[in-house]
Amino acid sequence: MNMMKTALLGTAMAVLSGTSALAAGHGCDVTDGRINIIGNEFPAIQSVAAAALACANGIEAESNLTADHQTLNVAGMTGNPAEYTSAIIANSSIVALINEDVIRPLDDLVAAYGQDIPARQLITIDGQVMAVAFMANAQHLVYRKDVLEQIGMDVPTSYEEVLAAAEKIRAEGIMENPVGGAYAAGWNLAEEFVNMYLGTGGAFFEPGTANVSINNAQGVEALEMMKALTAYMNPDYLTHDSNATSAEWEAGNVALMNMWGSRTGVLMDEEGAAMEVYSNTVAGGPLTVGDSGVAASTLWWDGWTVAKNISDAEAEATFQALAHATSPALLNDETMSQAVWLMDGFQAQPVNEGVLATVAAGANPYPMLPFMGLLHSALGDNLADYLQGNESAEQALADVEAAYTAAAKEQGYLQ
Amino acid sequence: MKHSTFFWFVLPSAVLMLLFIALPIVSVVTQSMYAAHEQVVVTVENCGPFGCTETTAVDQEATQALKEAEPLGRYVGTGIYTDRNHLALNEVTAAWFNADGLPDFGSSLMNLPFYRALAFTLTYTFIVTPLTIIVGFFIALAVNTVAGWLKGPTIFLSLLPMVVTPIVGGLILFWMVDARGVLGGALQWLANDPTLSVKASTGLTWIMLMIYGVWHSAPFAFVVYYAGLQTVNQDTIEAALIDGASRWERIRYVVIPHLFPLTTFVALIQLMDNFRVFEPLVSFQAQAHAQSLSYFIFNDLGGETRLLSSAAATSVLTIIGVAILLSPVLIRTYRDFTPRT
Amino acid sequence: MSSKATSRPLPVMVIATVFLLVWLVIAAFPFLWTTWGSFKVEGDFFSKADWLNAILGPLTTAETGGSLTGAGYYGAWIQEEFWRAAMNTAIVCVCVVSISLTCGTLGGYALARSGFRYAFWFLFFALIFRAMPPITLVSGYLLPFFEWNLWGHLSTTIIVLVAINQPFTLWMLHSFFKNIPADLDESAMVDGCTRFQAFRHVIIPVMWPGVITTGLFSFLLAYNDFAVTTLLLTKENQTMVPKIVSFLGTTQTKGNVMFAVAAAVSITAPLFVMIMFFQRQIVSGLTAGAVKG
Repeated sequence: MNMMKTALLGTAMAVLSGTSALAAGHGCDVTDGRINIIGNEFPAIQSVAAAALACANGIEAESNLTADHQTLNVAGMTGNPAEYTSAIIANSSIVALINEDVIRPLDDLVAAYGQDIPARQLITIDGQVMAVAFMANAQHLVYRKDVLEQIGMDVPTSYEEVLAAAEKIRAEGIMENPVGGAYAAGWNLAEEFVNMYLGTGGAFFEPGTANVSINNAQGVEALEMMKALTAYMNPDYLTHDSNATSAEWEAGNVALMNMWGSRTGVLMDEEGAAMEVYSNTVAGGPLTVGDSGVAASTLWWDGWTVAKNISDAEAEATFQALAHATSPALLNDETMSQAVWLMDGFQAQPVNEGVLATVAAGANPYPMLPFMGLLHSALGDNLADYLQGNESAEQALADVEAAYTAAAKEQGYLQ
Repeated sequence: MKHSTFFWFVLPSAVLMLLFIALPIVSVVTQSMYAAHEQVVVTVENCGPFGCTETTAVDQEATQALKEAEPLGRYVGTGIYTDRNHLALNEVTAAWFNADGLPDFGSSLMNLPFYRALAFTLTYTFIVTPLTIIVGFFIALAVNTVAGWLKGPTIFLSLLPMVVTPIVGGLILFWMVDARGVLGGALQWLANDPTLSVKASTGLTWIMLMIYGVWHSAPFAFVVYYAGLQTVNQDTIEAALIDGASRWERIRYVVIPHLFPLTTFVALIQLMDNFRVFEPLVSFQAQAHAQSLSYFIFNDLGGETRLLSSAAATSVLTIIGVAILLSPVLIRTYRDFTPRT
Repeated sequence: MSSKATSRPLPVMVIATVFLLVWLVIAAFPFLWTTWGSFKVEGDFFSKADWLNAILGPLTTAETGGSLTGAGYYGAWIQEEFWRAAMNTAIVCVCVVSISLTCGTLGGYALARSGFRYAFWFLFFALIFRAMPPITLVSGYLLPFFEWNLWGHLSTTIIVLVAINQPFTLWMLHSFFKNIPADLDESAMVDGCTRFQAFRHVIIPVMWPGVITTGLFSFLLAYNDFAVTTLLLTKENQTMVPKIVSFLGTTQTKGNVMFAVAAAVSITAPLFVMIMFFQRQIVSGLTAGAVKG
């Protein structure tokens, strides 16, 4: 019954905070135009969308928050007038909207309604503001304090130290597979490679072109480190996405893992795990690999855009509502721990330390290149063969390059 | 039947199918022959919460001009069909000439995504289809012997595998076959091997997918056969009995011929559905071990950058594959349509 | 059914019963497991530590105080308003089944009775149409539907589901109609009926086993469809399966997974009622119908 009570309490809180936000006003009262937001459905985005829709006063205001937002957003913004007046996206997915030319530059709107938005929240491409970011995310080490104390080792700062600690945990019989990671074939595995490869100091493309170049010493180094880590992972690692990896963590089977900052909150709360597990879960900093000194992680932001094919009144309404929804007015006790917010007034919570440490370590942002998505897909499809021992690292990387090249030709990036 | 009567009877179905299936197919075939425009890429400065970086972006104005000149894209004919991510003609030829014997050629072929997916798809189709038909047929015979008041619950239970929402059913079964799940644990106990993990082994993953396939679609064959059994002419059965036909002979010479049109139908649908196998691969997160043609399409449409032409080409190849696969059954049906006026 | 032809010797009965029992266990086990587990918390049901947790539920006891909890059902039906989705599904299913069967029986009957070659080619193309992977079709619909403001409505989804399922319905009914002797309706036409009258008065009374079975499949398709309903419906118009999937979501919010499990168990109940109700029709049909006379 406890759960029911918390659920009810949560609803009541949301209603209360909703009304207080309305009452406080902050010039958020949109009476003309239309708002329709499409985006992913995790809690931070739910809060932003709810706050934006609360600004609507007598106008049409809707949101469609779904895991399929990427399939719908381009189609839903291509028509004229567009179904959606705004898409909430990340730095990897804004590229598709820019490529299809369905979002508008925001400079005039920023000048008219967004002077309070700090410069760090504005995403500018070639001098034009294309999106407003509101939260940051990154992967970083998550570790079990008690297990590290038990083996008497410091918190690892590099993957080499992770391997040493894992070996010791296994040797002392504490855990059979102490390392975790979202290594599920597909998007997750590719993301881990992107992190690791950037950590070795590698570059994905020949500068200024769409020619891929990952079949090199850094590529092999990254893959070999990944394979070395998998030796300490659950044998099913190729099916473990972030959800499954988190579940492994909560079951107490894992002591060290590279995990998304946005998920650490769930790991550190009291639900779903034994006390010994959640109370000893700590968010560490990003890891390094080899001696390049670059963090093996990527920085991500989530932000909102405004559609191109809508009337100016609709664009103004959408901009005002979302600018308000991603202003300090959003922050309260409930929303504070949902994300690493980029707004002024954000106070870091213990769960956010990992992301902040990754930003401080100067990790690379995830590359915002028009053809990065093609490479990401190619990586996700071809690396599992190497990790399973079916082929050499060089062969796997060559397969990735060939698959990417064929796709990039089809998309017109290569001739 | 008169032509005009036929026309009016089939009109509603025909209109629906033309609008929602035939037209999209035409557009997909067209799409598969056009690639995206050459993208004019420029170097720009990109700033955000993590500082500024030099990066590249598509030059919208220059690309716009290209788009207006050729709204469909660049015509490439069969270029997409033959590229490395599909039929890979160049790579196959090269592999053939460089191969050190057939096994070596085979392994180079299996390194090409299309052929690897095709291998799984065909194995799956040809193992799951006959098993589904046989299992479904026997369930129907068995359910038919059950006493009246038990029939309803028996039919209901038999239909469950098909009924439980696949996406949740998949999630639960996926958890059950985990090394620490109830089925995975049972397997370890049976094999007396505590390290056995279905999800970590390609071979076991294939077997699991196929068992799931039969489990999921046997109810389909069952219900069709069961409905068919209700229309078996009892007089014929009794006549056969009087002639001294054994039980098996009655099934062999009366029931099976009666159910034959239904078998053709079940085989057609099952061959087609199994050739398009997709959901189990997603539910079981099996893409590291097994990929199918439909999975390719899903992958092309689901990435950050959607590969529309590639997905279209794979779809057309799937249709062609289905047509080839079904040709024996279709030829049979064609013979059944001997013109009579 | 007590005629001599259907009486069975003992060994056959034993084999048939054992086979059936094994099958029923295999078919129903995951479902029974899910039903039991839907009263547990997520940590138990998807336990990574030991599968026994799903039966005994130590975390359920720790988190809720009892060994069983209705939190999943409460969350799904009341907190997340699953009943709205249930109503939408009811509308979609009723419409899809009735439209599909109306078009399908007419078409299937004509195809079964027409001896001309073009009927074969019609069926052939229907089958080729069905070979098209639905995911390609649906992503092709998105642009025009958004453009013409058809996207998001229940009616659009209904028509799309009917159309996608039409080849299957036609083939299935065509097979069943082939099993009904052509003499039946032809003798009626000799007696002066038109083709449609013969269909209405002679064929309709005897076609129920086939139509019920086909209807059952149309129903299941509409009930369980994922690709079409997820991509073509707005949040308010969502049917049950996309709603369940949205509970699963990216699962960063805990507890929602159990909403999905509870909802998945809930949506099986109407099917039970339906099958109990219609099994009589599947069993009756020709045996009770006109053929014997």
